[in-house]
Amino acid sequence: MKGTLPEIRNYTFNFGPQHPAAHGVLRLILEVDGETVVSADPHIGLLHRATEKLAESKPYNHTIGYMDRLDYVSMMCNEHAYVLAIEKIVGIEPPIRAQYIRVMFDEITRILNHLLWLGAHGLDIGAMTLFLYAFREREDLLDCYEAVSGTRMHATYYRPGGVYRDLPEHMPKYKVSKWHDAKQVAEMNDNREGSLLDFIWSFTERFPQRVDEYEALLTDNRIWKQRTVGIGIIEPDQAIAMGFTGPMLRGSGVEWDLRKKQPYEVYDRLDFSIPVGVTGDCYDRYLVRVEEMRQSNHIIRQCVTWLRQNPGPVMTDNHKIAPPSRVTMKEDMEALIHHFKLMTEGYCLPEGEVYAAIEHPKGEFGVYLISDGANKPYRLKIRAAGFPHLAGLETLIKGHMISDVVAVLSSLDIVFGEVDR
Amino acid sequence: MEGLLLIGGIIVKIIVIILVLLLSVAYITFIERKVIGYMQSRIGPNRIGLFGLLQPIADVIKLLNKEIIFPQASNRYLFVIAPIISLGTSLAAWAVIPFDKTAVLANINAGVLFILALSSLGVYGILIAGWASNSKYAMFGALRAAAQSISYEIAMGFALIGVMMAAGSLNFQTIVKAQAGGVWHWYWLPLLPLFIVYWIAGIAETNRAPFDVAEGESELVAGFHVEYSGMTFALFFLAEYANMVLISALLAVMFLGGWLSPFQGIPYLESVFAFVPGFVWLLVKLSFFLFCYLWFRATFPRYRYDQIMRLGWKVLLPVTIVWIGVIALAVQYHLAPWFT
Repeated sequence: MKGTLPEIRNYTFNFGPQHPAAHGVLRLILEVDGETVVSADPHIGLLHRATEKLAESKPYNHTIGYMDRLDYVSMMCNEHAYVLAIEKIVGIEPPIRAQYIRVMFDEITRILNHLLWLGAHGLDIGAMTLFLYAFREREDLLDCYEAVSGTRMHATYYRPGGVYRDLPEHMPKYKVSKWHDAKQVAEMNDNREGSLLDFIWSFTERFPQRVDEYEALLTDNRIWKQRTVGIGIIEPDQAIAMGFTGPMLRGSGVEWDLRKKQPYEVYDRLDFSIPVGVTGDCYDRYLVRVEEMRQSNHIIRQCVTWLRQNPGPVMTDNHKIAPPSRVTMKEDMEALIHHFKLMTEGYCLPEGEVYAAIEHPKGEFGVYLISDGANKPYRLKIRAAGFPHLAGLETLIKGHMISDVVAVLSSLDIVFGEVDR
Repeated sequence: MEGLLLIGGIIVKIIVIILVLLLSVAYITFIERKVIGYMQSRIGPNRIGLFGLLQPIADVIKLLNKEIIFPQASNRYLFVIAPIISLGTSLAAWAVIPFDKTAVLANINAGVLFILALSSLGVYGILIAGWASNSKYAMFGALRAAAQSISYEIAMGFALIGVMMAAGSLNFQTIVKAQAGGVWHWYWLPLLPLFIVYWIAGIAETNRAPFDVAEGESELVAGFHVEYSGMTFALFFLAEYANMVLISALLAVMFLGGWLSPFQGIPYLESVFAFVPGFVWLLVKLSFFLFCYLWFRATFPRYRYDQIMRLGWKVLLPVTIVWIGVIALAVQYHLAPWFT
C-alpha cells in the first residue's frame, strides 16, 4: 500500500506585503485548512526606518518631526509622548493654555485616527461608503492641523515647554476656482469666517450626527454583525498578559485608560468617560472606538470653551529649553544668546532615564529616554501601541476564516510606521 | 435563398442585441461610478467629455492598449478561453429574453431551461480562470465562486419552478403574457418570497456586493481574475455587467410583467400611456433592478463565504420549497385573480 492515498497538505500563502487589506506592509504567512486559518505568522520590518537610531544623532527638537512619521494617522499624539518625556526629565511644565491646546489636539487626533480606522475597517469588511464619509470629516480636522501648524499631517506642533504657537485667529478660506463658483465658495467658507476655535466648535456641533449616520449604516446591520460579533475574541486576562492597551484592551472590558488612571496635562479637569466592551470581539472594539469618538468630541468642546475664555502664553518662559520670542531677541542680549544656543546645538538634558506615556488613539504610546547629559539622547526607545497587538494576531485569528483575518487585522488598528519604527 | 435571408436576419438581430448590450454595459460602469459617487458624497468621473460621458470609451481604449500578461506557470489555452466562456455565456443568454410583444431572438419553449443551462456554464469561466492562473488567490476565488454559484443555482432553480408552475410554461413570452392585467397581476405579488429569493440569488449568482466573495477585494485581492490584465480582464468585467443586466431583465420578465405596461387596467392612465412601446417598460423595470445593484454595493458590507452558504442552503432554499407547495395549491384551486 504505497502511495495510494494522496497526501493532503494545508495551503500556505502570503497575505501581503502587497495586499489591499495588509494595512501597509504587513507580510502575513497564512496556513489554511480549506478556509480555516491554522496559523498566521506576521513578518514585520518592511517599513523600518531606524527612527530610534536616527534620534541618537540629532538634537532633541529635531526628533519631534520623526515622531509624526511613526504612527502617521495620529501624528500629534506621537509628538506628545516625546515632548512629555523631555519635560519630565527637565522637570518643567508647560503653561496651562498650552496644556489645553495639547489635549484638544490629542482628541482631534483621536477622532482623526478613529475615523480612518472606521473607514478602513468598513472597507475591509466591504462597506465601502463609510470610508468616504469618514474622509469627509477628516478633511475638516486636517484643516485644523493645517491652520495651526501649516501642514496637514506631520505637524511638529508640540514642543518641549508648550506648543509652537498660539491658535490662529483666522481660518484659511477657499477661493473661487474653475470648479467652484462664488456661491459655492461662500457656502464652503461659511464656518471659516471666525477663528480656528469657531471652526472646531462648528465641527463638534455637527460631528455627533455624523457618527449617528455611520452607526445607522453599521451598528445594527445584520451583515456587519455577522462579520464582527464573536470574531477575534480575547479574554481580559489574556489581553493584559499580552500587553494590549487602548481600545483593544477596553474592548475586552478592562477599564484602563491613561487619561484617567495616570492623568497627564489637564485630563483630570475634564469630564469624559471610558467606554468598555463586554466580550472583546471585533464588534465590541468597534463600539468602543465609536463611543470614544463621541467622548473626544465632548472633550474638544470643553477645551474650546476654556480656551476661548483664557488667553495666555502657550510656551514656557524657561529659555533654556524654548527659544525666546523674536521681538525680545532684537533688543535683549540674553535672549539672543539663548536663541543662538538653541538653534545651533539645542539644549542638553540632565543625566537620567525617563519613561513618559500617553493614551494614544491605539493604546499606550510610550517614550523611554536615556540621557547622558548631552544634547542628543543616549538611547530612545519607543513603545508602540500596535506592536503587542500585532503580536497577538495569531491568538486572535486561529480557527477563524480567511475573511475574518481581514476583519481582525483591521480591528487591531495597525499602522506600520509605528510597528516597524 | 429564403434560408440565407433568415440566417442573415438572425445575424443582424444578434449584432444589434450585442452592440446595444455592450454599449449599455459600458455606460452602466459609468452610471455605477456616478451613482455610487453621489451616494458617497463625491462626484465621480467628470473630466473626459461632457460630465465625464466619454469615460467608458477612454477606459475601453486604455484596456485595449494594455499588455495581456500570461503568468509563466499558467496554462495559456485555458487562461485565454476562460474569459471567453464567461462573456460568451452571458451574451448568449440574451437570445431568449423577450424585449417586446414580438421582439425576441429565439422564442423557444425551453427558454427558462436555456437560461439555467447558460448561467451554470458561466461558472466554468470562473473556475477555469482560477485554475489556469496557477495562483493561490485565484484558486481561492475560483473555488468560492464555484461553490457559491452551485448553491445559489438551486435556490434560483426552485424560484424558477414557481414561475413555471404559475405560468404553466417554460417560454418567456408566455410567462409575460400570463401576467397581463396590471400591476397586481404580475407575479411579484403571488410569488413574493420567490421574487425576493430570486433577487438575492441573482445578486449572488453575479458575484456582486454583498456577495462578492469570489473576487472579494480586501480578502482575495481580485479573486479569480487576479492574474488577468488588459482585454482578458475586460472580458470578465463585461461578463459581470452583462450578467447584472441579464438578471435584472429576468427579474423584470418573470416577476414584473416584462414589457407589459404598469398602467394596464387603470381606466384613464392606460390610454394615456398606450403609445409607449413595450421595451421602454422593460427598460424602466430593468433599470430599477440595476440601480438596486449599485445601491446595495454602496450600502452593505460583504458576507463571509460560509455565511453565504448558510443563507443559500438554510434560508433561501427552504423558503422556495415551502412556497412552491403554496403555489401548487393555488394553481390547483385556481386562486383568483392570478391563476384562473
